[in-house]
Amino acid sequence: MISIKNLHASVDGKEILRGLNLEVKAGEVHAIMGPNGSGKSTLASVLAGREDYEITEGEVSFEGKDLLDMSIEDRAREGLFLAFQYPIEIPGVSNINFLKTAINEIREYKGLGPIEPKDFLARVKEMQKLVELDGKLTGRSVNEGFSGGEKKRNEIFQMAMLEPKLAILDETDSGLDIDALRIVASGVNKLRNKDRAFIVVTHYQRLLDYIIPDFVHVLYNGRIVKSGSKELALELEQKGYDWIKSEVNVEA
Amino acid sequence: MSAVAEKSLTSRILNGIESKLPSLYGDGHTRREAVTYFQEKGIPTKKWEDYKYINPEGLFRIGEFMSNAPVIREVTALDVERMTVIPGAAKLVIVNGVFIPALSKLDRLPEGVTVKSIADAVVSDETAKANYAQQAHATNDPFIAWNTALNTGGVFLHVTANTQCEIPIHILHIACNEAASTFHPRNLIVAERDTKLELIESFETIGPVKTLTNVVTEVVAHTNSKFDHYRLQVEGIAGHQVNTTCVKSLKGSNYTTYTFSIDGGWVRNNLNILFTEPHTETHLYGLYLTDKNRVVDNHTVVDHTVPNCMSNELYKGVMDGKSTAVFNGKIFVRRDAQKTNAYQTNRNILLSADATINTKPQLEIYADDVKCSHGTSTGRLDTDALFYLRARGIGELAARKLLVRAFADDVVEKVPNDAVKAYLDNRLNHLMA
Repeated sequence: MISIKNLHASVDGKEILRGLNLEVKAGEVHAIMGPNGSGKSTLASVLAGREDYEITEGEVSFEGKDLLDMSIEDRAREGLFLAFQYPIEIPGVSNINFLKTAINEIREYKGLGPIEPKDFLARVKEMQKLVELDGKLTGRSVNEGFSGGEKKRNEIFQMAMLEPKLAILDETDSGLDIDALRIVASGVNKLRNKDRAFIVVTHYQRLLDYIIPDFVHVLYNGRIVKSGSKELALELEQKGYDWIKSEVNVEA
Repeated sequence: MSAVAEKSLTSRILNGIESKLPSLYGDGHTRREAVTYFQEKGIPTKKWEDYKYINPEGLFRIGEFMSNAPVIREVTALDVERMTVIPGAAKLVIVNGVFIPALSKLDRLPEGVTVKSIADAVVSDETAKANYAQQAHATNDPFIAWNTALNTGGVFLHVTANTQCEIPIHILHIACNEAASTFHPRNLIVAERDTKLELIESFETIGPVKTLTNVVTEVVAHTNSKFDHYRLQVEGIAGHQVNTTCVKSLKGSNYTTYTFSIDGGWVRNNLNILFTEPHTETHLYGLYLTDKNRVVDNHTVVDHTVPNCMSNELYKGVMDGKSTAVFNGKIFVRRDAQKTNAYQTNRNILLSADATINTKPQLEIYADDVKCSHGTSTGRLDTDALFYLRARGIGELAARKLLVRAFADDVVEKVPNDAVKAYLDNRLNHLMA
């Protein structure tokens, strides 16, 4: 699905990613954990194409295509989805109009005609139910006046509507109470299938109680320094990150 | 250089006026006073505080509006049909500054509404006589003076007391000529007490020849009248316009104005609203979208001279290309105008590095028990919002359009008439296509 090799990225001349390698196959769920400032969100942003970052070295292949060469919108059209840590409020653009535009732009890219209005509405209804999103919210402006939990659920709702091949969840658990966390996680779990992969970026282990990962990676100083199964997350929860830091620093 | 040059420009404009004046309708004294003022002041230059950003004199110096022999290409019923804003509205068609009843749809006029050519009305109608040139004073502005001196027509629209106009009235201004020239439509609208009126003015040009429409509209909104006044400036790049609207609002009236400057080469709006009786309300909404080398300048004045009145103003603009826009919003709250509520907001987005906006809120408050506020902002499209939209697969251009449209819709949504809203929706979609 996605293959990241020796990725280096910096912002304002400061190097954040320093040779990151990661392989994700269809159907897999990979968790990326790590202390603050280790580069987790940078990785998510770089993959989605945020222009504040400069890629200085390395390559990313997404379904065999050069991801770093694609525009932001083409990455999404090829099936990459980023669930934002801080979803943006867009006054005056209705959720529905926004989603319909997105779906139709993606369809046009694939050489398909616009979606039938009744199919679109049926899908909206179905997916709203999936993430327990209040139907009133979809009629409002994108994220405007939404609570933190509603914004995160709206991200998962958009993911459900756009049916990506690879979804990157950037600290989707941050700012969520336990009920909202459960709803978001259950939405994600319902969207798991053998063709779809997930990269779940998180600081805390608790999200992984609900979204069980196939692999857990620890990101530190812009590199993946340890990989393992879901048990690694539990170990981190118990021991904290200092253990990893000292291990890495000793090796260095 | 310029003193001599200005004289010659003004005298060229007024060339032959002496022989022309006696043949024009109405009271020669009013015209002569206007000629004298115009002769003295000339076309405003960039040295005029209120005209400094758009420099009308520079525009005229190019000499493109000076043709003295207007040749009218036949405007047809088909043209008029094509320029429909609201199907079924009563239509008053003004071609090159002259009211043309034959092209108009007067049979749709609601009962209680009188329409006359203003040239007839100022001679034969007492209401017209009493109100003509009373709100727009020739000695306040050279463009009013020029119009007052030379106008040959326009409409007098009289809504008699207690008339609720269920059918909107559309004044369609068409500029159409074979040589660049200037037209001076002159309109007078009197809404008597306890009336309701929706008036749409739209401005169109036919053909590629540059024209200047120097229109003056006087409005009197009497006690308890409800008056929605739309101005749709859609005349295309060849269309140039100085639009002066002077309104007197009387007790309990609600005059609301919507100015959409969405197409047109060079547009200057002077909108002046005067409250002379208490408990009067006015709303001013404006949207201006400019690109290429286009110019749109909105000058508004709300003059609170009496207590307990309310004014609320929202103007928004989006500037692209090398275009220039100006917003100047004056609010006067005179010493006696206690308990005034006056609000003003102006928001702008610049889409290109070469576009310009000059915005100036100007509140002068001489009363102490008032609530007044103003806010102005200028920015670029929100880059985080752009990224968010693009990250969902929406192309950059489409994403920009969505954001611009959302910004503009703030004003469009204020429009209470669904047909006007649909018309604007369609125009904006085409504009951004």
